[in-house]
Formats: sequence, structure tokens, C-alpha cells
Amino acid sequence: MELLKFFTCGNVDDGKSTLIGRLLYDSDSVSTDILQTLSKQSKTKSADTDIDLALLTDGLRAEREQGITIDVAYKYFTTPKRKFIIVDTPGHIQYTRNMVTGASNCELAIILIDARNGLTEQTRRHSILCSLLRIPHLVVCINKMDLLNYDQNVFEKIKGDYQSFAAQLGFDDLSFLPLSALAGDNVVSRSSAMPWFTGPSLLEKLETVEIDIAPFAQPRFQIQYVIRPQTDTLHDYRGLAGKVISGTYKVGDKVKILPSGLTSTISRLESNLKDQTKVEAPFSAIVHLADDVDAGRGSSIVVIDQEPTFTRDFEAVLCWMDSSPLLAGGKFLLQHHAQRVRASVKEIISVIDVQTHQELAPDGPIGLNSLCRVKIKSSESLALDEYRNSRVTGGFILIHEVSHATMAAGMVEKMQNVMDKI
Amino acid sequence: MSQHRDYLDTLEAEAIHIFREAAGQFERPALLFSGGKDSITLVHLALKAFRPGKFPFPLVHIDTGHNFPEVLAYRDEIAAKIGEKLIVRKVQDTIKVRGLQDAIGKFPSRNALQTYTLLDAIEEFEFDCCIGGARRDEEKARAKERIFSVRDEFGQWDPKKQRPELWNIYNGRISKGENVRIFPISNWTELDVWNYVKNEAIDLPSLYFTHQREVVITDNGQMVAKSEFLNLDASDVIQHHAVRYRTVGDMTCTAAVASTALTIDDIIEDIRVARISERGATRLDDRTSEAAMEDRKKGGYF
Ligand SMILES: Nc1nc2c(ncn2[C@@H]2O[C@H](COP(=O)(O)OP(=O)(O)O)[C@@H](O)[C@H]2O)c(=O)[nH]1
Repeated sequence: MELLKFFTCGNVDDGKSTLIGRLLYDSDSVSTDILQTLSKQSKTKSADTDIDLALLTDGLRAEREQGITIDVAYKYFTTPKRKFIIVDTPGHIQYTRNMVTGASNCELAIILIDARNGLTEQTRRHSILCSLLRIPHLVVCINKMDLLNYDQNVFEKIKGDYQSFAAQLGFDDLSFLPLSALAGDNVVSRSSAMPWFTGPSLLEKLETVEIDIAPFAQPRFQIQYVIRPQTDTLHDYRGLAGKVISGTYKVGDKVKILPSGLTSTISRLESNLKDQTKVEAPFSAIVHLADDVDAGRGSSIVVIDQEPTFTRDFEAVLCWMDSSPLLAGGKFLLQHHAQRVRASVKEIISVIDVQTHQELAPDGPIGLNSLCRVKIKSSESLALDEYRNSRVTGGFILIHEVSHATMAAGMVEKMQNVMDKI
Repeated sequence: MSQHRDYLDTLEAEAIHIFREAAGQFERPALLFSGGKDSITLVHLALKAFRPGKFPFPLVHIDTGHNFPEVLAYRDEIAAKIGEKLIVRKVQDTIKVRGLQDAIGKFPSRNALQTYTLLDAIEEFEFDCCIGGARRDEEKARAKERIFSVRDEFGQWDPKKQRPELWNIYNGRISKGENVRIFPISNWTELDVWNYVKNEAIDLPSLYFTHQREVVITDNGQMVAKSEFLNLDASDVIQHHAVRYRTVGDMTCTAAVASTALTIDDIIEDIRVARISERGATRLDDRTSEAAMEDRKKGGYF
């Protein structure tokens, strides 16, 4: 059985919590003791249950008091076809960083629209973020159809508006669904109230969407930890432990170690406590090299002729996640998987307007939740791929050198290769 | 591509990656080991992450003094079998040294007290990270916790100050005195753990399987093992039942469930049809307040 991780976004009150509650409730994933607690707390009850479905997802006390979702919450459910992880992210602009956190490793996004309101600022912002984060599948759910007599015209109008807005966002897989989260129409089963809609229900869509398990084929591996038992029997054992981030590694592969630039051959591969002839992403492995080359935590092992860009200078899009602003010249630690180097934001090239997708000249510091395009220079060369080609190796974070806070999520764009020099 | 990948393999790969990040980023990690199925699963995953090397951390057990004897025996056996270091710190000693008030009542729970023992152990051994078996499906507040969760000097968790956690990049940088709790099986559900235990043929303490036990029936009908730690009186109802445990905590505050499950397959079937959450079925102290868990986490409880 496969695993699908997806997230939901929408305005406050579009019905996100109700929708998730509905998916959990109708797929029988809620325990009776939890239902009991909820029916005590419920103020708004839905048509066929005496609980407020939205309460199923609201975790923290501060949120219960404010009645909104402020942090990412994870929920789990399983159907006979698939196992799901729902990443429930807050919609409001002040929580953009939480949404980016939740969305960063999801395969699919549900964009919720209140049929009465049509596209809003938030819809545009969320969609642009999904596009920047390269979420492979988008499902636009037009909710509260029950309040508009399940009218097909309403659905078609919003769908048309969205399609013309999204034309330049480059989504590979975009679909539309008319819903009532409260009444359950088209959530788990197809709705009899909307016979004009012939597509699958939301759950059917989630169960059948094709998960591309190897979107980036080039082999990437970073050493996380060096295993050296140093016992009598394993005196010379030196295993380079890490995870195959993308692609496949095979015994006999000719490889290059970065940053040292030395070359060697994979002499042995272990995974799952056994010797293997090959290991593919996303599985963990222990790599052994034929030569005794210098390689430690953060070093990359890449296959010759399928190499990443190796560089200290690159452009990136940053989502700024801290309340202290970003200034040009700012110095940070840059973490790219297990690799940590010092880096500086040399220049702020432009600010990305997440309402219009326009890039504007920067005027002043970059504040919390803003997106911008920057030039970065790192103290050592990094083995990078463009985020557009590889979500798994094109992302990095910036860390404050003193407070250690995670300041920004970064996505690698244009690069200058210095590989030829080594 | 129409290749499929099983979700347990995906979850296992994620957990091993997290273990190696803990080992790579921290000087003095510890693996918190309770003897329950979640921490036993962690040990199994650590074997996959670090063998043929030794674990880069000791197993640490916070012994409340109210443990099931079967669990203590299992703990010592597994530590000996895998040849890894086991550190035990006792709540009883903390109570003595710090002059704390012991838990009282009919079902005295040392849950709150074990926080002190844990924090003392962290200080004593200067652990900079503690790896634990908490899962996000256990409870609503946990559902929001990061995989690398930073705690301040007092072990406190501030849900408002959580670091963003992006892709599979974990930021474990901390200042002196701070500490990170790391949860490699955050994304596993109770059923995932059982399915994994089955697939990997992992041994569990006998408590998890149905056995005959003398139990006290609580006011709301839960069954608590009769033991020297309970303060019973003549009015208490003692009965014999065929029971098993879904979680293993203290004898005083973990309830047993009626069951006929003798094998892992039976248990998996039981859970599939059970309509009560693991925590709801088995913890005596969680129902008291809706925000109980959140408060204890803020206070440094695991
Ligand atoms: N009529 C109707 N009301 C809905 C529907 N979905 C949600 N609601 C209501 O809209 C309000 C906001 O829903 P909620 O799920 O809390 O929104 P969230 O802020 O996006 O999580 C609640 O009063 C819901 O009962 C729907 O499909 N139809």
C-alpha cells in the first residue's frame, strides 16, 4: 500500500477543518472516545452528525481559544487503497511560514474556495506558493455548494476564473471539484445533488492520483554519519551511512566525492542490514568505496557523468520565516541536507508579490512571510540541483548563527558551475 | 511510472534518516527507552541505522518504581542481547534527593514526577538530544510537534516558537542548556507500529498479549492491574479477566483492555475494529483535562 502526503489550504472559514473532519469521519478514522469529547465541545453541528467536524483538527489551546489553526497539524487515515498523511496548514497571511513548512514535502495540495466568494487574495497567494514549491498535484475544491443550490454555473464560473489565473503558474496536474464539506457531497462518495458533475469524489481522487516515486533520476547521496566499529573483527570497516536522496546507486558505480573532488568506485552497498547490489531513493544505505578517500558528514557521493552543479554562487528564492528582517549582506549558516556551511545573502534581486506573481524591485528589508529572489555566496562549494528539477536536492534552509533559529526556506534557481575546476 | 512503494518501507526509511541526523548533529544523544512497543521499535530501527557499529548513544530508562516486572526483565534482556549501554535513573531517588511529595491517591501516578528525573538525567549526562518514541497520532497537541523539537533549559516546549521544518532538513542547532527531543516515528500510527512489529518479527514483552490478571475495576469501568502500588480498600472490586495492554506505562495508571488476542495478527485485527483511541483506552490521567497533555508537554514531560 502506498503513502500519500497532502495538505489543505484556504481562507479562514472556507471549511478546511470541516473538510478534514469529514474525510476522517467518513473514512471511519475517528475513535469513539474522541467523538465523545468533541460532541461535548461542539457548537456548530453538521447535518448528519452531532459533532462539529472542525474540532477534530484543532489541537493547541491557543488555537481553540482563537478558533483558528495556527500551526501545522498532522492527521493520519487509511482506506483499503492507500495510507494518507494530512498536513493541516493555516491559511492566514501571517502564517505563510507554517504553510510553507507543511507543504514542503507534500505530493498534493487541496485549495479550498468558498463558492460564495470565488477567488480571493488568499486563493491566489496559496496557489502561487504551491507553484513556487512545485507541488506536483493540485485539487481545487469549490466548497459550500449546498448554499448555492448546487448550481453548476457557479462551479463553472469559478473554475474558469481559476484556470485563467493559473495559466502562467505551470501546474502539471490541476483538477476541480464541487463540494459540500458540511453535508459530505463529493467528499467520500459522489454527490447525488450534483449529477452534472461526473468526476471522481475527492477521496477517489486522493486514492488514485499517481505518485511519482522517482521524479528526479540522477543519483544523489550525502553522508550523514560514518560508521566505524573499530572492533577486532571489523578493524578496517568504514561505512559511509546516509540516505539515497534521489536516483539509484549500484555496486561498481564510478563516483566522485564532493567537495574533495576525488574519484572512486562503490565497492559494497549495505541496506536493511544486508549487502545489496543496488539501493534506490529514498532508502538508507551504507556506502563503501574502493579507495580510502577523505569523506565525512555532509560530503556528497555522486555518479560520474550525472553530477550536480558544484558552486559557491547561486540565485535562490527565499521564503523569509523570521520576525527580524533580511538585509542584503546578511550572514547565515546554510544547511543543505547534512551539509552546513556559512553563506551570505549578497544581493536582494527582487521581491515576489505573492498576490500577483510579479517580481518587484526591493524597497527596504524583507519581512516575515515575504518571498524574494536573492544572490547567495557560500564559504564552500555546494553540490546543488535546481529546485525546479529536484525538490529533494534543490531546497535548503538558512539558520541564524547566534540564535540558531531557522530563518528562511530556500529554493535553488540559477547557478554557476565550478565543477570543471576540480 | 507505475512502480509502487509500500508505506512501511517509506516510514522506516524516514526514521533511519532521522536517527542518523541525530547521531550526526549531536555530541551526546540519548535514546529514551521505556520498554513499550514504540521504544522497542526505535531500538530495532537504530540497529538498522548503525549496525555493524555501536549505537552512538546509551539507552536511558526513567524508572518510576511502578513498572511492570515483565517490562523491567525485558529491558535488561534486550540491553544485554544487543550489547548496548543502559542507564537507569529512578523516580524514587529523585523524590528522596529533592524532597518531593510522592504521588497519592488510590492510583498514584508518578507521571508528573518523572519529568524531574528525566531533566536531572539530562543534566547529569549532559545529553543534548533525547530520542523518543512519541507519535503524532497519539494526541492532538502531539499532532503539531516537529520531528526535531527544541526544549529550553527547563525542558519546556513552546508551541508558538517551533522552528519551521522544511523538506527533510533538520535544524538541530541549540544553545547551551537547550535540548532537542527527536521523534523518528512521528508519522507512524499505532497500527503502523503493530504491522511493523509483525513484518520484522520483533519480540515484545508478554504483557501485550492476552493473559489472565487480577484487576481492580475503576469508577468509569477501566481495569487496572492489582499491585502493591495501589492504595485499595475494602470497597474495591477485584476481578479476574483475560486482558492485554495496548500501551505499557506504569502499573498504577495504565489500564488493560479485555481481549482474546494471542498473536500479533489478532492484535492487529483488534485494533482495526476497536473504536477507542490508544490513549483514551489505556491512560487514567488524560481525561482529566482536555488540555492535560499540552500542559504536561509545556512542563517538560516527554
Ligand atoms: N453550508 C456549509 N457550511 C460549511 C461547509 N463547510 C464548512 N462550513 C461552515 O463554515 C464554517 C467554517 O468552517 P471551518 O471548517 O471551521 O473553516 P476553516 O476555518 O477553513 O477551518 C463553519 O461554520 C462550518 O460549519 C459547507 O460545505 N457548507
